[in-house]
Amino acid sequence: MIRVNNRDEVEWEEGLTVSGLLERFRYTFPHIIVSINGEVVPREEYPTRVIPNGADVRVIHLIAGG
Amino acid sequence: MSEKTQTTRRVLAEYTYEPPPVERGYTGRTLYVNLSNNTIAAKPVTDVMKEKFIGGRGFGLWLLWHGVKDDTQWNDPENEIVISSGPIGGVTQYPGSGKSLVVAISPTTHSVMDSNVGGHFGPLLKFAGWDAIEIQGKAEEDVIVVIDGPGGRITIEEAPDVPVDTHLVGHWLIEQLAEKEEDRYFISSVSAGTGAENTLIGCLNFSFYDRRRKAPRFKQAGRGGIGTVFRDKHIKALVVRSGPVRGDSNHPADLQRIARVGAKLHKEIHDYDDEQNRMRKRGTPYLVQIMNDYDLLPVHNFKYGSHPDAVKINGDVWEARFTQGLPDGCWYGCTLSCSHAVDGYTVRTGPYKGQTVIVDGPEYETIAGCGANCGIFDPDAILEINFYCDTYGIDTISFGTLTAFVMECYEAGILDKEKTGGLELHFGNAEAAIELLHQMARGEGFGKIAGQGIRRMKQIFAERFGADPAFLQDIGMEAKGLEYSEYVTKESLAQQGGYGLTNKGPQHDEAWLIFMDMVSNLLPTFEDKAEALHYFPMWRTWFGLCGLCKLPWNDIVPPDNAYTDEPAKIPDHVQNYVELFSGVTGRKVTADDLITMSEAVYNFQRVFNLRLGFGRREHDAVPYRSVGPVTVEEYESRAERYDKQLQETLGLDPEKMTTEEKIAALRQYREEQYQKLIDAVYKRRGWTSDGVPKVETLKRLGIDFPEVVAVVKKYL
Ligand code: SF4
Repeated sequence: MIRVNNRDEVEWEEGLTVSGLLERFRYTFPHIIVSINGEVVPREEYPTRVIPNGADVRVIHLIAGG
Repeated sequence: MSEKTQTTRRVLAEYTYEPPPVERGYTGRTLYVNLSNNTIAAKPVTDVMKEKFIGGRGFGLWLLWHGVKDDTQWNDPENEIVISSGPIGGVTQYPGSGKSLVVAISPTTHSVMDSNVGGHFGPLLKFAGWDAIEIQGKAEEDVIVVIDGPGGRITIEEAPDVPVDTHLVGHWLIEQLAEKEEDRYFISSVSAGTGAENTLIGCLNFSFYDRRRKAPRFKQAGRGGIGTVFRDKHIKALVVRSGPVRGDSNHPADLQRIARVGAKLHKEIHDYDDEQNRMRKRGTPYLVQIMNDYDLLPVHNFKYGSHPDAVKINGDVWEARFTQGLPDGCWYGCTLSCSHAVDGYTVRTGPYKGQTVIVDGPEYETIAGCGANCGIFDPDAILEINFYCDTYGIDTISFGTLTAFVMECYEAGILDKEKTGGLELHFGNAEAAIELLHQMARGEGFGKIAGQGIRRMKQIFAERFGADPAFLQDIGMEAKGLEYSEYVTKESLAQQGGYGLTNKGPQHDEAWLIFMDMVSNLLPTFEDKAEALHYFPMWRTWFGLCGLCKLPWNDIVPPDNAYTDEPAKIPDHVQNYVELFSGVTGRKVTADDLITMSEAVYNFQRVFNLRLGFGRREHDAVPYRSVGPVTVEEYESRAERYDKQLQETLGLDPEKMTTEEKIAALRQYREEQYQKLIDAVYKRRGWTSDGVPKVETLKRLGIDFPEVVAVVKKYL
């Protein structure tokens, strides 16, 4: 199990990457900041960075809207 | 230019002047024009104005406050339209520094309205010698007001031969007034249109001359019917000419300081825009797909937040339609250049059928409001509506939201073909929506009713058609008399407040907190939400004091923003604005000072609302459609989400409840939450539980002028 944004519990699966998680949530907004257990993940590592089981993942969306 | 205009039109009043030099962003004078008695005069900009009200919307509110009475109505001659840019307005080194702010008493809210708009008018007005123009009175016949900076002459001229609709008047003025090619660059007009005349939702079009397209283009001050006030005053156009704009036209205190932060932002835009929002290629339409993905795109009068056909009107579609490779900035030096246009569009209905025109936009709000919210997913229909709204001088946001309301009423059986005069206003009927727009512009048929806005329609439908007023109240997406802009807020309590707890009505330019709240869960407590509903409205108000566009603040983000303490605020860009403000005005300020400046003006505007009979807790109410599901189909479309809340938050068992019972239980809970939010926000803002700024708050902000304190005392 991993916890996203201190609220949503999601089933963990072997090899789940940051990109995979974003896809699962349909998080398509370009201005996001992802951290795993408090450490910010550089954008270029999203496709390869694997999320460990039990991780506290934050996907912070910056402000949008006209 | 003045001689040429004089030969063709009778001059009703003339004023000659020597344009003063601009010093540190200010000319030190505002222009007063009274159309009832044809007077033109200069007024000094006082230290209090500069210190407390800064410029732009602040100047507008200050001048309007002194121009009107407590009981002034929107169509009284003493109502004013004030236009001002602000001290940073006209800077060419930093993107987004050419906005104008417009204020007036609104025909739909009957209170103070403000609108932020691009185009060249505000900065050119300053470079023609004026920090603001304040127009009072009402002309007997149609007029134009011409401000000729280089000629040192201002005239009020009769204008029987001047067209009314914007795409005509904009071209006409350029042809009439520009003697040589270069004159065109430094002429800007403000106009409305026949739709502004015949509805209450009129907008103003601010022109900027597009050197590549060799044509004037237009940005809209859309909200709250200021275009209607403009036509009620019998103004066909305001037009200004300045001398050439230069990098130091503002005579800033420290040009290098401005250039430094400007160069930094230009580089960010150059390096990262393509991988971020692609503003330079698609502009705000990039938001369509995003909002659809997050269930925030209004569909069918805000019932739903997404639709499978959204892909037909998303950013990819508009990127292909917009002419690429042109510098689409609405002020000089804006490399974010998001003011795109569709060229060579052939109009297919109405009085201009067959004309080939430039369509300015569409912007996100127009696509979402006139498209998805009305169930219209045809880009050509959206372009047709966009073109006609602009040239008729009708606000696309109000048009979209009120048409969606009408369509829901039609589908609910409140309206039928007989009542609409034959228009089958089902969701998705683009042709009927377009015909409704033409009727509005002509002030005929059902268009005459719809053009009054949702608040009046609710009354009319209840009185004349026997509709249930409670249902109309629930689904009519207006607050304070202003139609909602285009975001679904049901799952974000903070944004329900972002719309409801505004000064002018539900427009997203005060706060947009949906992601912070609903997605990122960064505002879990009422206090967190209240803090955001303090900071962000103040921050965004500040752009309007200075003549700035909000987009370069957060539609481009530096790559290391993620590692800052408060990434949502984009601290690096906030610091840019500190540099920019100090660089222009020479005033030493901190980031906190910028917020305090806004607080003073924001609270002044709240007191202004009170003075006009509004601005209390009851006026911050919102329609339930913005809070939760009103109808059974709406609940059931997102049943999993709502059932979960009933179960987890309220401890109810949805299995044992009918949908109606579930709607009622959810409603009670969500409405209570909104009331608790109001309490927290008022407390944070230093207001009473009735929403009245406390005297101590006015004192802290230095706006405890006797006449201001006298207003709040009535409510304490
Ligand atoms: S970002 Fe867009 S709207 Fe803002 S000033 Fe630049 S071109 Fe105009």
